[in-house]
Amino acid sequence: MSSGSQSGQNGPIAVSTKQVCRHYRMGETLIRAVDGVSLELRPGEFVALLGSSGSGKSSLLNLIAGLDRPTSGSVIVRGGDLAALSREALAKYRLRTVGMVFQSFNLIPSMTLMENVELPMRFAEVERDQREGLARKALDRVGLSTRLRHRPAELSGGEQQRAALARALINRPQLLLADEPTGNLDSHTGTEIMELIREFNQALGMTVVMVTHERALAERYVKRMIFLADGKLVGG
Amino acid sequence: MKAYDLTELAVRNLRESGLRNSLTTVGISVGVASLVAMLSLGIGLQQLASRRLQKSGLFDTVVVMSRRDLRSFNREPQNSGPAPADSPMLDETARQRIERLPNVREAYPDIRFITELRYEDKPHLTMLAGLPFSAKNNDAFDGMQGKFFSSETAPEIILQKAFAEELLGKRPQPGADEVKVTELAKPLLGQELVMRYTERVENPGGPKRVPRAGESRLTASNQVNDLPQASYSVFLREQKLKIVGVSDLDPDSMRGAARARVFLPLKLAENLRVMQPTNLRDTSRGLGASPTYATVSVRVTSPKYVQSVEDAVRKMGFNTFSITDATRNLRQFFAVLDLFLGIFGSLALAVASIGIVNTLVMAILERRREIGIMKALGASDTDVKKLFFAEAGAMGVMGGALGVALGWVIGRVINLGTNLYLRRQNFPPEQIWAVPWWLVAGAIGFAILVSLVSGMYPAGRAARLDPVQALRYE
Repeated sequence: MSSGSQSGQNGPIAVSTKQVCRHYRMGETLIRAVDGVSLELRPGEFVALLGSSGSGKSSLLNLIAGLDRPTSGSVIVRGGDLAALSREALAKYRLRTVGMVFQSFNLIPSMTLMENVELPMRFAEVERDQREGLARKALDRVGLSTRLRHRPAELSGGEQQRAALARALINRPQLLLADEPTGNLDSHTGTEIMELIREFNQALGMTVVMVTHERALAERYVKRMIFLADGKLVGG
Repeated sequence: MKAYDLTELAVRNLRESGLRNSLTTVGISVGVASLVAMLSLGIGLQQLASRRLQKSGLFDTVVVMSRRDLRSFNREPQNSGPAPADSPMLDETARQRIERLPNVREAYPDIRFITELRYEDKPHLTMLAGLPFSAKNNDAFDGMQGKFFSSETAPEIILQKAFAEELLGKRPQPGADEVKVTELAKPLLGQELVMRYTERVENPGGPKRVPRAGESRLTASNQVNDLPQASYSVFLREQKLKIVGVSDLDPDSMRGAARARVFLPLKLAENLRVMQPTNLRDTSRGLGASPTYATVSVRVTSPKYVQSVEDAVRKMGFNTFSITDATRNLRQFFAVLDLFLGIFGSLALAVASIGIVNTLVMAILERRREIGIMKALGASDTDVKKLFFAEAGAMGVMGGALGVALGWVIGRVINLGTNLYLRRQNFPPEQIWAVPWWLVAGAIGFAILVSLVSGMYPAGRAARLDPVQALRYE
């Protein structure tokens, strides 16, 4: 397992879930999206959550991301239980500790790439004069230095996902969560994105959790695969 | 999020759905405009009324009388203070003492007398009154033909319209149109007439004084049993006076029971030492050789000092009279009027506020996914709430500013229309509309407040949005 260089700026971060459940009620039926999952992630680890659609892998990712709260059980990040955090504190956790990329990129269409990358820094109250330089550098790093003033609709899928990566990393999170990052891309572009993610994992020592259903892709980049089915861990 | 980031994001969001937000903003501005137009008229009318009343001397004037004259408008103060016989005389010394009181602008004697004016060799008996030079700024002269006295002692007079009609032999016909001041003024301005009057001359060193040749002798002292202090002579004199103005309104609306129809400069009247009716009375009562005034009018610097000045003058042993309660009632009336105008004006703003709620709720539906993205990136509920508040506030600011401008224009147009109507009815134009700075600030502030209140529900709803569901929304 390549745990990457554990540089000092990314302190040790361990994510663990204990018997975490996320149940929804849809009319009469109870949907057990996540059903008693316990797992541990070591700092700097690059992990893939695999499973067919509806297996609960995205729901588990949302729980780790602090976007959702568990019905029962706990998600422990750096020793603290996310379930115990207030809404404001959870937002701060998403802002400072987590970076997210999505299958559908989720760039804000009315904003240019620069503005999209600057957005998390606005929430983090980074000074305006610093922001531009940081955003430019981040976009440069993902190879988009010529596309700064373009809007997402003017870019290819791969370019959009690279911009989304730049945005996810702009506040220097310790945890990168990727929900099917290559799902909307052709295999060539998908590989490019995966290379970038691996680079961040290794260079920054960032813990990466990636949800995917492409086992072959996961095997090429990831050292540990966690399989889910019907909200439960299988094998792995 | 920092304030400028919030503003920047809010403005760019508003620009994104420009048409809808512009329409909402126009809605707010129409509401603000109706509020501003209504209130500016209310305030304008109030200012017009109080300006009129204040300049008429009703509310900044205290009339001072000697207790000795037993002339008092209200009997109550008679019971306190010195007895009439012991109270001081209202003479020049007393006038100067009153003028030195704090918050007193001026104190001038009331000089009025009935005499004969000859115009084109025809005698006209009328009452004349001295007018202080400060009356130049009086509103009553707004519609005057000609001009005010050229100096404090100029041998000039201003005629009241009724006297001008008399001089020209025009009697107002019942049913006929009123004669215009301009028509009356044309033949009279610059003309001279002759005033006959009696001059009061102190007798230096004794009761006897031989009149100059050609003077009619009307000596008031008794040769046989003279009291030295009551000794002065009265001479019949003539003075040429030039007509400089013809006034439509009565510049003397309050002072004195008898209304004068001709006005001359007060200093001139003093210098001429015109014998006044009260002089004779005072002489017979043996009150001394120096003349006393029947009343002294005291103008205070602001109506709010009337009471304190009145108290101070009473302490000196004089009777006083003023009207202060009337202003209070007037202010109360206008407060109620403004309230009603404000309520009617606000109705449009209330309708506009529903527009804001609608626009922002629509924006939440449209930007649901965007809100989800922002939350995933780390925006807190407060950030999202503030953003929607900022958008509502920005619409309030723009709508408010636009509305004030629009209201200003509407008020102006109403003012113009009213003046057009007034002119047709032969009235002088009036400023019935006023937009003070506090109305501008208040209207914009109120627009922002209404917008923020309207934004409360949408902002709360946006903040509570579940990010997972919002992200799933296409």
